[in-house]
Amino acid sequence: MLLSIRSLSKSFPGTKALDAVDFELKAGEVHALLGENGAGKSTLIKCMTGAYRRDSGQILLDGQPVSPGTTSEAQELGIGTVYQEINLLPNLTVAQNLTFGREPRRFGMISSRAQRDMAREMLAGYGLDIDVGRDLGSYSVAVQQVIAIARAVSLSGKVLILDEPTASLDAAEVRMLFDILRDLRDRGLGIVFVSHFLDQVFDLCDRLTVLRNGCKIATEAIAETDRLKLIKHMLGRELDEATEEERRKTTAPHEERHEMLRFDRVGRPGTVAPFDLTVRRGEVIGLAGLLGSGRTESAELLFGVRAAQSGQAHDEAGPVDFSNPRAAIRAGFGFAPEDRKTDGIIADLSVRENIVLALQARRGWTHPVPRAEQNRLADDYIARLDIRTSDAEKAVGDLSGGNQQKVVLARWLAMNPRFLILDEPTRGIDIGAHAEILRLIHQMTAEGMALLVISSEFDELVAVSDRIIVLRDRRHAHALVGDEVTADAIVRAIATPDAAQTQTRGAA
Amino acid sequence: MTVNPRLYPLLATIGIFMLAYLVCWMQFPYMLSTRVVGNLLTDNAYLGIVAVGMTLVILSGGIDLSVGSVIAFSGVFIAVLLRDTGLHPLAAFAILLAVTTAFGAAMGGVIHLLAMPAFIVTLAGMFLARGAAYMLTIESVPIVHPFYETLKNAYWLMPGKGRLTLIAIVMLLAVVAGALIAHRTRFGASVFAIGGGEQTARLMGVRVGATTVGIYAFSGFMAGLSGIVFSIYTSSGYPLATVGTELTAIAAVVIGGTLLTGGAGYVLGTLFGVLTMGLIQTYIVFDGSLSSWWTKIVIGVLLLLFILLQRGLLRVSSLRA
Repeated sequence: MLLSIRSLSKSFPGTKALDAVDFELKAGEVHALLGENGAGKSTLIKCMTGAYRRDSGQILLDGQPVSPGTTSEAQELGIGTVYQEINLLPNLTVAQNLTFGREPRRFGMISSRAQRDMAREMLAGYGLDIDVGRDLGSYSVAVQQVIAIARAVSLSGKVLILDEPTASLDAAEVRMLFDILRDLRDRGLGIVFVSHFLDQVFDLCDRLTVLRNGCKIATEAIAETDRLKLIKHMLGRELDEATEEERRKTTAPHEERHEMLRFDRVGRPGTVAPFDLTVRRGEVIGLAGLLGSGRTESAELLFGVRAAQSGQAHDEAGPVDFSNPRAAIRAGFGFAPEDRKTDGIIADLSVRENIVLALQARRGWTHPVPRAEQNRLADDYIARLDIRTSDAEKAVGDLSGGNQQKVVLARWLAMNPRFLILDEPTRGIDIGAHAEILRLIHQMTAEGMALLVISSEFDELVAVSDRIIVLRDRRHAHALVGDEVTADAIVRAIATPDAAQTQTRGAA
Repeated sequence: MTVNPRLYPLLATIGIFMLAYLVCWMQFPYMLSTRVVGNLLTDNAYLGIVAVGMTLVILSGGIDLSVGSVIAFSGVFIAVLLRDTGLHPLAAFAILLAVTTAFGAAMGGVIHLLAMPAFIVTLAGMFLARGAAYMLTIESVPIVHPFYETLKNAYWLMPGKGRLTLIAIVMLLAVVAGALIAHRTRFGASVFAIGGGEQTARLMGVRVGATTVGIYAFSGFMAGLSGIVFSIYTSSGYPLATVGTELTAIAAVVIGGTLLTGGAGYVLGTLFGVLTMGLIQTYIVFDGSLSSWWTKIVIGVLLLLFILLQRGLLRVSSLRA
């Protein structure tokens, strides 16, 4: 066994990030490390690479106990890491990056010729034909990724950890990278591969280990597992156990609703594949998918946070501009982002100021919202949404998570949008506030507003949505309508590798 | 063989210098003589030296605002030391260089240990050095020493009767030394690495603290050397001298094609930046009817041009990536 981790534990104040996790890596295998957000993948990697100190447990490399204290120590031991954001310097040449810290010298001066030769030697066998004298930054991310791997392999050469290496690569680049990884595997390296793309895991890896909530759930050979089993491991739900919450009582059948907005082929290369979306008055659309499947990215495209590179939107009046958030707000869109603390509220401002913020922004600074109007709005929404605060002048940062979320909702309701996007509206909120947010969602749609709700809680999506779009590997893969909307169906849709396989499975 | 895009800013700098010289030559054919070249190098020697130190600082993504004051302090320090003690000028030079290098190293240490912006720390250094110069004297102190006369009059007669003075040679040597350190040592590679991204540099094994101290110590040393050259050039020490020279040096570095945000540039470019600025001044002297503030206007335009060029290059490279 090349690398064995035995009952490794790591706690942070308030949470146990890893609880007696075992992990084994053989020489000459690609081992996938999988898990949803907060499963403990990155903590485990950081313990291996010396970025974190473990609390207890053992790490054995070639049978010898090791405890790297820094990343460079881990590197010297033979554990190299390549991150999604490439940790090389774009302003240096490829040769400088590859040889950094080990530059060949003559009489104390770096010899750039010898440096380039050394770099070319390091890149031999990776199938790259590039000028090593050019800036690293002038090459594509995929090439930079390969260069980072070449550096890590030549520095360390036993264990290679790849953290989401394919997140910003296109299909051809992924193939090139995989050929290189297979080659390295055949040369006897142990490779740990972290990815959210299950197709890639099944394509490349030999074994996989699933973590959930800081515990090791399973280690299996790829050949002996299937997607459904894997996703059940990751999500921790058994299909028959799925609790059916009360389905949303739709007031009108799906087809009879009045069409409000139509998005055609909205997409951005490397972010989300182009998709169509029709939004009807008063409906709730759920977006489901695993972490990294493109849920948040889809929402950001629709609100113009990231500019869509293709596609357009129409309503009854004609084309709608959603190329940036200001335009999207003008078009009557709203967006309550996932990370409330950094993107949603302004913690130091009062409840009143936070509620009035977007409204004021739309009016422009030359038309201040009168103070009386501000007070009326704030008091109105505090009452309507039942925001628990001593008064409207309290700083939002002092409220609980659920009440902060309600302030964000109030801000958008004050704008009276026709299409509101809620990204993880109930994350980090206690049960009581959770139910209230769901009640508010119902209330909003009764007034004709359309909602797009993103959530990792499938039961919650099932409870509020009229229909659900399932994303997989940054594509809008399935749509579930009416009676199809069940947590089971979502899990199955996520697990389905592609349309062709769905049919074979259906026939069998 | 295509040209490496790394070289574009450097080539642009050299191109602009050649173009400017061509324009000067067409109007005043006498400007293409070794006498003019010799004077150009001599008159800008102190600026060239201090700009070499500034280049390294800017390559690391920092800035050193103290150098103008340090040059003035150096002149006063030497003048007072030679007036009040029987020290030989060479001994005074050695003491001075030790002081300014330590001063730079101290600023580098504060920047690293307290994680303070270089702007603020060296701004404090600027006031400190200027204040120290005033403490020594408030008036211009002439330097009268036979050795100084020797230094001032030492030159190598170039073909065409141009004089390559000692201080011009010191400046050219400083450029060569700076270029070797920046482009041919591991220390230099670390400077570029920090300029490219401190966090990444740390992950790649750069000793950020030691390198930061080294960078500002180097700049302090170069400022001290520049002060010596300036005192030879003017034969005096004056606490009000070289006010704003740090900004002129920064301008020379940027016109020389070094990215103000750090991580890209050439020391050789800085020499051409200094010479371009000097050339404008020479042109104005030759013309005779132009006011000297035209120098500032042309420098302003050139700076703007280079900032636009750098933006453009960044845009192009980010589009390709």
